Amino acid sequence: MKGSSQKLAPYLFIGPSIILLTLFSLLPILLALVISFTDMDLSGLVNYDHIRFLGLENYKNVLIDPSFLKSIGNTLFFVIIGVPLVLLFSLSIAILINMGKSRAFKVFRVVFYLPSVTNVVAVAVVWSYLYNPTLGLFNYVLGMMNLDPVPWLTDPTMAKISLILLAVWRGIGLNMIIFIAAIKGIPGSYYEAAQLDGANTWQQIRYITLPQLRYAIFFVSITTMIGWLQFFEEPFVMTKGKPLDGTLSASLFIYNNGFQFSKFGYAAAGSFILFFAIIAVTLIQFRLQNKAES
Amino acid sequence: MKTAVQQAHANSRSGEKTFQWFVAILLTVGGLLMVLPFAWMILSSFKTESEVTQIPPTIWPQHFTLDNFKTLFDSMAFGTYLTNTLVIVLASFFGLFLNAMAGYGFAKFKFKGKGFLFYLVLATMMVPGQVTMIPVYLILNQMGLTNTMMGIVLPGLVGAFAIFLFRQFMSDIPEELLEATRLDGAGEFRTFLQIVLPISTPILAVQAILTFIGGWNSFLWPLIIANDEKLYTLSVGLSLLKGQNESQFALQMAGSTFMVVPIMIIFIVFQKYIIENYTISGIK
Repeated sequence: MKGSSQKLAPYLFIGPSIILLTLFSLLPILLALVISFTDMDLSGLVNYDHIRFLGLENYKNVLIDPSFLKSIGNTLFFVIIGVPLVLLFSLSIAILINMGKSRAFKVFRVVFYLPSVTNVVAVAVVWSYLYNPTLGLFNYVLGMMNLDPVPWLTDPTMAKISLILLAVWRGIGLNMIIFIAAIKGIPGSYYEAAQLDGANTWQQIRYITLPQLRYAIFFVSITTMIGWLQFFEEPFVMTKGKPLDGTLSASLFIYNNGFQFSKFGYAAAGSFILFFAIIAVTLIQFRLQNKAES
Repeated sequence: MKTAVQQAHANSRSGEKTFQWFVAILLTVGGLLMVLPFAWMILSSFKTESEVTQIPPTIWPQHFTLDNFKTLFDSMAFGTYLTNTLVIVLASFFGLFLNAMAGYGFAKFKFKGKGFLFYLVLATMMVPGQVTMIPVYLILNQMGLTNTMMGIVLPGLVGAFAIFLFRQFMSDIPEELLEATRLDGAGEFRTFLQIVLPISTPILAVQAILTFIGGWNSFLWPLIIANDEKLYTLSVGLSLLKGQNESQFALQMAGSTFMVVPIMIIFIVFQKYIIENYTISGIK
């Protein structure tokens, strides 16, 4: 009797989670793949007879859709500028905080982490106000320094940079915490030995901290890059992809086609192309990392 | 000779002190830039609409007013949004319980298909939301759950990352302790409730805070599933407010403040748990 309940127990414990994950994470991938080969839209949702099998047509069309190509270009822009900035700032701040001898430095961990936990919509609303061309604080401060106003959200290229600024501000915290944790894991004896050899602070960072953080840097760059490839909330709330599709990200393109225009099949094809791009970029990163290791 | 050494020591100590100050000042400047948007948001939320559009801008509110917050609740449906958000937070705590159960199942039992199922759980972490968004909508539609609270809550109830963390933590619970309770005749579920959960308080605390923050901030899924304003969350309501009241900045800042300040308070009170948890897992 007891034996049978022992056998059943683990399944009862993991059962609910497995069912939910299967239903809302695994099954949807297969479903998305099927939908991406069809012309599923709102009418298909009401009556399945309206769904036609299109083969690769969605993929062909989306790959020549100027709007999609633009969104891919924008997404690459976000990744290429955003990822190094997040890495640079979160790493520098983590190293600086760790140099502090006083307990007061712990306050900085909270201060720099704060933007990461706050609501992205609220933050986007606040930054829209800061970026406002006439009423915004940023242009006012520039004016006080006798500098020209910046078209923060009204110029296609500048708008991309403005969104990056906001996302970097939000992205520093979590990665900084990961770096702080990794720095704490470096044995103190390494630094003591270096100090005996007369290494200065910069040399200690260059020859001990950075090499020891290799894995943390790799981890952060991969997760940050995947995050930026899926960049969505900031452009969605602040610019809706405007001006002139200048801030249209790949995710926003998929969302618009799926839920604004109800072109489910078309959007699903777009989402798979993004998915494959993410897998490809991640694999390339792993390759480069392995090469650097050997 | 001795004095020269002492001199060098004193020099390096004063150098060290200068350096500490330099680092502190650098971080303070950076820190001020980090909190500037929040400070501006909170101060603006207490200003009148005319003061917010005033040039040059004021820093401290000239006429301190709570009208913006009143408007949120009187003319807008922020009361309803708040209730919905809290319902989602409560539901996500139930999800947390399911995650803990699954973590325990994977940590402390041997069973057929364990390895395969665990990899299956981990695999779900790698799927981008954009891919599953449309099919999950269609599945919920098939179940008749679009535009319901159930449909908003269900897909995000359990998460691979949380299950993984629970499993890691619960693996360290001594086997003898569990055996002892089983010998006392306690059922598996009672052992879980009365022994495993209390021991797991540290990881539960971290997860509870993260769950609260996640639930409070939930945005995209409620936006997709809810057509009815009665089901909107605070985030969805706020993005709606921004769209419809493009020029009412004081009101927008009040809405943002209302969303952000509770999370700030909870985070500042409990930050130790979150940050230490990362530190612990980082050393391991």
